[in-house]
Amino acid sequence: MSHELPYIVAIMEGLAEEMARDPKVIYYGQDVAPNDDHDLVKAFGRDRIRVSPISETAEIGMAVGAALAGYRPVVELLMSEFMLVAMNQVVNEGSRFRQMSGGRVKVPLVLKSGYGFTAGWSGQHTGTIYGMFTGVPGLKVVVPATPADAKGLMTTAIRDDNPVVYLLHYLLTLVPGEVPDGEHAVPFGVADVRREGTDVTIVAIGYEVGQALEAAETLAGEGISAEVIDPRTLAPLDLDTILSSVAKTGRLVLVDQSTRHGSFSSRIAADVAEYGFGYLKSPIKQVTALDATVAYSEPMEQYVLPNPAKIVDAVKQVLGSAPVPA
Amino acid sequence: MTELDTDRLTWIYRQMVRIREFEERVKRTFEDHPGVIRGHTHLADGAEASIVGSLAAMEPGDQLTATYRCHGYPIALGTPTTSIMAEIYGRADGLCGGYGGSMHLVDPERGFLATSGIVGQGIPHATGAAMAAQLDQAGRVVLCFFGDGASKQGAFHESLNLAAVWKLPVVFIMENNDYNVGTRSDQEDANAAVGEPLATKAKAYSIPGVTVDGGDPLAVHGAVQTAVDRARTGDGPSLIESKVYRLSAHGNLIAPPGVPLHYEEHEAIRVFGNREEYEAARRGDPNPRFRRHLVEGGTLTTEQADEIATEARDEMQAAVDFALSSPLPAPERALDHVYA
Repeated sequence: MSHELPYIVAIMEGLAEEMARDPKVIYYGQDVAPNDDHDLVKAFGRDRIRVSPISETAEIGMAVGAALAGYRPVVELLMSEFMLVAMNQVVNEGSRFRQMSGGRVKVPLVLKSGYGFTAGWSGQHTGTIYGMFTGVPGLKVVVPATPADAKGLMTTAIRDDNPVVYLLHYLLTLVPGEVPDGEHAVPFGVADVRREGTDVTIVAIGYEVGQALEAAETLAGEGISAEVIDPRTLAPLDLDTILSSVAKTGRLVLVDQSTRHGSFSSRIAADVAEYGFGYLKSPIKQVTALDATVAYSEPMEQYVLPNPAKIVDAVKQVLGSAPVPA
Repeated sequence: MTELDTDRLTWIYRQMVRIREFEERVKRTFEDHPGVIRGHTHLADGAEASIVGSLAAMEPGDQLTATYRCHGYPIALGTPTTSIMAEIYGRADGLCGGYGGSMHLVDPERGFLATSGIVGQGIPHATGAAMAAQLDQAGRVVLCFFGDGASKQGAFHESLNLAAVWKLPVVFIMENNDYNVGTRSDQEDANAAVGEPLATKAKAYSIPGVTVDGGDPLAVHGAVQTAVDRARTGDGPSLIESKVYRLSAHGNLIAPPGVPLHYEEHEAIRVFGNREEYEAARRGDPNPRFRRHLVEGGTLTTEQADEIATEARDEMQAAVDFALSSPLPAPERALDHVYA
């Protein structure tokens, strides 16, 4: 059984259910429920639901301290760029404490933040910057693409004993989808094969999963069978599922809204080149944002971003049915 | 101010002596056993009275965080000095298995939650632990140790503001040694530049701010106890500026591989050529000062004070011997504990 929820509501359902299940879960951040009439405040009280000043270093650092003292804080960071203000606390404190202590402490916390708001937000609020958080030992990074995964990954993030950067895509905020009834936890490090296919593997991240599925539908109409994989979590990454798919199809297209040279797709490309080179019948193709700050004006904004047409084109290139540009 | 009994006074003195002896053995290691200590160490010699006077105000269950200058706290908390020295020597039997080293000691079972090697960044950790204490309603208090330099970091200001707004049970203890490595406070601190105490910063957050002689463990204890009591009763945080003088350089020489590590002279001499400032601090050394106080006041006999010194020497010799004989970790253990 399932129920339909918008992506953002599914996230908050996951959070509220974990708060109800575990009194050690707390939620705070800028502009979080300043009014006592808020449902979360009524359900969990002012101690566990707090509105904080605009102080990212303190907000994230305090989550580290509260986690060390036995809590499971979820920090609302609104936009992923706000984490840049406090980057040391994100990548160089709590994420290292487990190992630097020789396993004596654990730091369970969730940094909840939106990204990729390419809807006229110009250059400082549109970034797809998970590449800055992946590759940091001790830190986990999740990028749900559907309401079901949005809820299930929030549940797992809160229960995980490590710091987790939970990134929701702003363009998906109101997109509805079926969410399983009752407790729903999606395991980390398990990719979802969203569409099976035999000719080409498309690995798409976050919002790009939907774009890739749209492209796959178009390609199907032309007799091309594309497999679409959603990694769901970037750290840990389910490389096995990707390699198995590439072993089957022999071709790989990667879709990532990050700028090309800060992208996560380039890391998948490197791993597949290293561990799956023998499977490849043609070079890997990446469809990423172009290396520019996202412009405000819509034509320029859209120009740099991946879209289904670019994905279709990339697939045809790896299949050898479209000219490869120099 | 709470009157401390003979046992407590003796405990304070013993911990001060133990910390001093430990730090001197760390320093001597660079000469006695070159290459055994890697990277950067920061010593607490000169700050013993401030550290122990502060910790004397803790109750069971209370917690603390500190900086990379972190050897003194666990010594006073009762962490075995063998395991602390072994950690500094990078050994498998070290407190943190050789993963953290000198700058990152922690002992959560004794309330020592965290250290940060990045200036000021541990302040929000303490503040968050205080939020946990408030949520637990267990009457726990968190002591937050940091240096004067950290008070120019955003982390300091954000944390004091938040702790004040939420009335968190935390005591911010600034060990002001008047130097940021080799830069004097009056060169980089707005309060110091006009001759005002750094505790003035508390006014911006409408919390108590006091300045205390960090060389006097009883004065420190009194100030910290007042702040701890206030925190425990739910009245929120305080800022204590504890004026100390570090008797060693900021840390051992920062040098590329191939250059033997050692401690240079204090920055007062090395940077500013002010030998008299340093010698005056030596003459005012808090450890012999407190010994005189206890002996003259009849709390300790000379023989008892000597005995404490002898025991500390024996203990730290054993710590060095233990650390030297402890094996280095197996290389492949480097991948353990990345995730919980």
